[in-house]
Amino acid sequence: MAALHLDFSLPLRDFELSLALGVSRTVALVGPSGAGKTSVLRAVAGLARARGRIAVGEETWLGDGVDRRPEERRVGLVFQEYALFPHLSVRANVAYAGRARVDGLLERFGIAHLAAAKPGELSGGERQRVALARALARDPAVLLLDEPLAALDAHTKTVVRTELHQLLGEVRLPTLLVTHDYGDAASLADEVGVLVAGSLRQLATPAELVARPADAFVAAFTGANLLHGTATRHGDLTHVQLTSGERIFSTDEARGDVGVVVYPWEIGVSREETHDSPLNVLRGEIGSVFELGNRVRVRIGPITAEVTASSVERLDLARGGVAYATFKATGTRLVSL
Amino acid sequence: MTRRVLVAALAFAASVVTLGFLVLPVVAVFARVSPRRLVGQLGNPVVTDALLVSVKTTAIAQALILLLGTPTAYVLARRFRGREALVTLVELPLVLPPAVAGLGLLAAFGRTGLLQTSFPFTQTAVVLAVAFVASPLYIRAAIAAFEAVDPDLVAASRTLGAGLPRTFFRIVLPLARPGLTAGAALAFARGLGEFGATIMFAGSLRGVTQTLPLAVYSEFDVNFDVALAVSALLIVVSAALLVTLKWLPSISTSRFRFATSS
Repeated sequence: MAALHLDFSLPLRDFELSLALGVSRTVALVGPSGAGKTSVLRAVAGLARARGRIAVGEETWLGDGVDRRPEERRVGLVFQEYALFPHLSVRANVAYAGRARVDGLLERFGIAHLAAAKPGELSGGERQRVALARALARDPAVLLLDEPLAALDAHTKTVVRTELHQLLGEVRLPTLLVTHDYGDAASLADEVGVLVAGSLRQLATPAELVARPADAFVAAFTGANLLHGTATRHGDLTHVQLTSGERIFSTDEARGDVGVVVYPWEIGVSREETHDSPLNVLRGEIGSVFELGNRVRVRIGPITAEVTASSVERLDLARGGVAYATFKATGTRLVSL
Repeated sequence: MTRRVLVAALAFAASVVTLGFLVLPVVAVFARVSPRRLVGQLGNPVVTDALLVSVKTTAIAQALILLLGTPTAYVLARRFRGREALVTLVELPLVLPPAVAGLGLLAAFGRTGLLQTSFPFTQTAVVLAVAFVASPLYIRAAIAAFEAVDPDLVAASRTLGAGLPRTFFRIVLPLARPGLTAGAALAFARGLGEFGATIMFAGSLRGVTQTLPLAVYSEFDVNFDVALAVSALLIVVSAALLVTLKWLPSISTSRFRFATSS
């Protein structure tokens, strides 16, 4: 799998978009609307005229006097509203880029029974599966997803997020996705880049973004910790066995593989173990202590808490020490993965 | 209460007068002579000659309009500087008095005109006159039809490996087709009825440049029944076109719905 390398700029109406980035697995770009997220995808696909360099492995798409047209760039671009051809059947949509793998793709995405239907007759989730199948039929070198979950209602979104997560694991293509929802980005991508007014404020793993946000905007925008685990239901509580070994509790209903979302400001920090039953407790080594204005983000084992500067002093929190992160079961959100 | 009844009655009366006024001349054409005589007059050599000229020139003009107008409209549907000015120029023949259009064509293509051609008073002149007055109707409709095609669909087609020609024929053209067909029908109707520009630029030579509308004019003080017969024919064709236009959207959507995968 050849990685995607980007180093380009593109003048937009209010600012210049410029981005340098290497994509080998899944990178999500998040940012407020109007940050230039979609323009990044359009530049990679050759739909917007950028200056600089875009290459996949040894194959140059832009730069060194080369500027390949969109049809010569081998991208699988899934549009926000899917852009399915309304006058063509599902089968003809998927077969548009090439007939060779159509039947396999229709089977794989569970849309074989819809082959003769027109896009107008499909639900949001079905449309997205058709759009993904169509993009993959091109046998792309790079997958580009524009707000893959934005056009879906809350229920469908949960299902599709799970499907998409599995798919991205299977196709093993350099994938660039853009979204305004940090939760979607963190749950789907290995690395998350925060894009504001056309420039990348920070690029890091979701855990790193929460632990060491580059600035207040990133801190406010990225927000939550995301842990992984397996959920089982016991009475009113859901027990989640974390991949790191600990067990925590949530009042959200869920079963199977889940993502656990906890906001840093909902996490308390102590140096001694408390035995308060409604609290989740994670013991860990302090990985980093990061000042953010008058607040401080403290990374404890797999999780980051946000506390006041005076607490840091009082508790003598320093790198290498051991601390306990505590948070309520009611403040522990579960998202399916 | 009585006032409301009065208003309603006045509105009703106005509708009756308007509809009567618009329908009466059409009905009169058919009422004056029996249908059998009308059909009989269609065999008159003046009529068959004019029909032949009309069919030939309108067909050629229509082909030119579609072949040249479609790419022109596609270009004008894009956003660029000066586009509005160009579209206005294209629309100008629509509002031009026909006599002015005929004079302009003479001034451009006449023997002593700008281009000094031998077109005037030939069938070529008829084709040019028809194309000049009718093409703006098609181009306007085609621009609107192309503009209505979602640019994301064009972008999607290209990222799926289709170049511009394939994108145009497989995505843009099928999606714009209902609008293009409507525009073509309007242009055809306008071209078929063309009179003013043709009589100035091409004259009214029987069998050469005398189209059906020109035959109506030249026959109406020679043989009124022939003029009526030709008029009746034109009414039937025009009405058929209008009805087709009205039905077009539903036809095209149902065709899309039932089309099987290609």
